[in-house]
Amino acid sequence: MNSRTLQRISAETAKWIFRAASIFSVLALLLITVFLIAYGAPAIFEIGPKEFLLGTQWQPNAKIFGILPMILASIYITLGAALIGFPLGLLTAVFLAEVAPPRLANLVRPLIKLLAGIPSVVCGFFGLMVLVPRIMDIQGAGNSMLAAMIILGIMILPTVVSISETALRAVPSSYKEASYALGESRISTIFRVTIPAAKSGILTSFALGAGRAIGEATAVALVAGNKVQIPSSIFDSVRTLTTNCVFEMGYASGLHQRALFATAVILFILIILINIALSVLGNKEEKHE
Amino acid sequence: MKSAKAKRRWKDRGLSGIVWLSGGISAAILLVIIGYIIISGIPHLSVSFLQGILPMVANTLFIIFISLLLCIPLGIFTAIYLNEYAKPGRMVRTIRFAVDCLAGIPSIIFGLFGMLLFNKFLGFSYSMLSGGLTLTIMILPTMIRTVEEALKSVPQSFREASLALGATKLRTIRKTVLPSCLTGITTGIILAIGRIVGETAALIFTAGTVNGMAFSTSVSDQFGLLESGRTLAVHMYLIAKESVSMDEAYATALVLIVITLVINGAAGLISKRQKKFD
Repeated sequence: MNSRTLQRISAETAKWIFRAASIFSVLALLLITVFLIAYGAPAIFEIGPKEFLLGTQWQPNAKIFGILPMILASIYITLGAALIGFPLGLLTAVFLAEVAPPRLANLVRPLIKLLAGIPSVVCGFFGLMVLVPRIMDIQGAGNSMLAAMIILGIMILPTVVSISETALRAVPSSYKEASYALGESRISTIFRVTIPAAKSGILTSFALGAGRAIGEATAVALVAGNKVQIPSSIFDSVRTLTTNCVFEMGYASGLHQRALFATAVILFILIILINIALSVLGNKEEKHE
Repeated sequence: MKSAKAKRRWKDRGLSGIVWLSGGISAAILLVIIGYIIISGIPHLSVSFLQGILPMVANTLFIIFISLLLCIPLGIFTAIYLNEYAKPGRMVRTIRFAVDCLAGIPSIIFGLFGMLLFNKFLGFSYSMLSGGLTLTIMILPTMIRTVEEALKSVPQSFREASLALGATKLRTIRKTVLPSCLTGITTGIILAIGRIVGETAALIFTAGTVNGMAFSTSVSDQFGLLESGRTLAVHMYLIAKESVSMDEAYATALVLIVITLVINGAAGLISKRQKKFD
């Protein structure tokens, strides 16, 4: 065998190794979907889709598995986190991209990045020690939806800020110059021209932030309490879809365990819905010329 | 006319004030969290505490080692394929879609999946191996994206020069492209380590919660690969949740924050050294 054939064989082998490695991600995603559904979905039908999705009682010992309170708690907490994290994140992105002097922006940006690196268990612990007692002073036991909303609102900030900032920076300066030429001030140009032009990127950052909030488990487990009830106030102790799995998976077996995997399937579906919304927004991305 | 102008000026000032305030609040939140954890953690640090968490530190390092062992090659190869070999088409779209989806899946789902596949189906039970393999999949998207960014920053002219000298494509990648983006790859690895150190939900049901060091030097025990053990972050979660010892929780939070600061600082320094190609 001459060296040229050897070279060709090694080139082909390398290419196949690279391709095989890249297929691994697809395979992993398929495996996750298949395993979760194969293990969780039958339980939904065993319990009855209506009883499972709309039932308000969760009593594993009596074989009653209703997750409506958890679905609602997850959605409410995500909405609350969005109410805090979206405006604060977007305005911070505006601050970094348009308003702050570059030197100050370069000082603040790494801080926001650092926030993304703080382990969620530490954020949860901070909430447990600092927020929960303050909320207890106002009303209730302290462990509440409100505590979870605030902590998650903080935790999604880095996602919202960094992606929104990128989107704001991508808006061509000609848009802004046209607005200045029409006599608009700097700040009203930002709100009337730059933000609307960066809309799709900003919405993407919101969708990613919402996905992060609804899927967070440990931080919520530390601050939201653990009561299976349909929340009627932000001071209520609640159990979410994620904390249901965290609290009970360790000792569950049989139908109880499969019902927990079914809970994860519902969470998975909610996240896929958010992702679909995300890719629809992404496809609509305006092209700046 | 004059009053309309004045009104507009006040509105501008108001908006601008809100923007400055938001930037200030976001920065302040981070400083408050870090300040609180550091200040309230320091009094609880002690030699006996540090000795006590050594097994958890060892478990964390063990899991980092297992995850990276697989994730580094998988991540680099995937990025090379996507950036150097693949032609745009359905295959690339599918791979990118999968990577994006994996990045959006919450860690608790990875944990439950790992429990089904590694603990039950493959029979590894609660073990370092199950935890490490689960995290491999979880951090893969981060690794792929960082390496791809680095590959993209290498100018096309580098590749052309190497190919013009008669080097094969593979040799060009090995000798020219990869060395030029070594700092990018290093940043990716450091960020991945940061995520593993802070991870809890994906590990509780895969690596388990045993309070002790899993690693063993004995070959007959497979170096403790099949032993269960809690990482430092899982330890932190368990003691805070069960209110076992809030003193220890404060001190552990401090250790985790310091590790986070070091990792972020290192990643920042290294990526600053990333060569700018023009």
